[in-house]
Amino acid sequence: MSQSKQEKMQALLEIMQPYAQDPSALANLKEETQFIRDLKINSANLVDIILDIEDKFDIEIDNDSMDKMMNVGSALEVIEAKLAAK
Amino acid sequence: MTSEQIIAQLPYGPDFLFVDSIEKLDENSITGTYHFKGNEYFYPSHFKSTPVTPGVILTETMAQIGLVSLGIYLISLKQKNLESALIALTSTAIDFYLPVFPNEKIRVHSVKEYFRFNKLKCAVEMRNEKEDLVCKGVISGMIRF
Repeated sequence: MSQSKQEKMQALLEIMQPYAQDPSALANLKEETQFIRDLKINSANLVDIILDIEDKFDIEIDNDSMDKMMNVGSALEVIEAKLAAK
Repeated sequence: MTSEQIIAQLPYGPDFLFVDSIEKLDENSITGTYHFKGNEYFYPSHFKSTPVTPGVILTETMAQIGLVSLGIYLISLKQKNLESALIALTSTAIDFYLPVFPNEKIRVHSVKEYFRFNKLKCAVEMRNEKEDLVCKGVISGMIRF
């Protein structure tokens, strides 16, 4: 059963909720929304978000993929690619 | 890597080093001790009337043994160079149960929760010489090479 992009974005929003320090950026989440610059997530909590994404989607994210995950859109791309490779 | 080599690599000066020995060490856990000397610099001020080890110093001691010492060991296993690395404490959530007075010796035991993407997160506890729980919690830090 594959999730739509919208469903994945919603799942991502729920994962980020406890860590995001800018509620309005979270409420207006777009693919361009950057984790650190826009959502004011610190790099330590970004690691927790990545680990939560791994659990939620049952995928493993390597260092190279982590480096790509700057914004919501690139995170969704990494999730799609890892799910497709399963 | 020996315990002495790890302690020698800790980036703290004598006034702010709270690690005397590392008793046990493996990839998942570490146990170490510190003896709070009667003449530690903070006792005359904390408090003015009665010297008690500050909670922030107990937290620091847990971090130095439980997080930084373990982290140095884990990084040595990956054969990475520590010399130009920057470390930062990123999170602490600690509960305190008993005070620590001058001349008490404590033991810190830390168990790794994860070490990924240069972040180390550990469950850490401190006990006194009677083995009674002094404080426990979760501490995280990051390293940048």
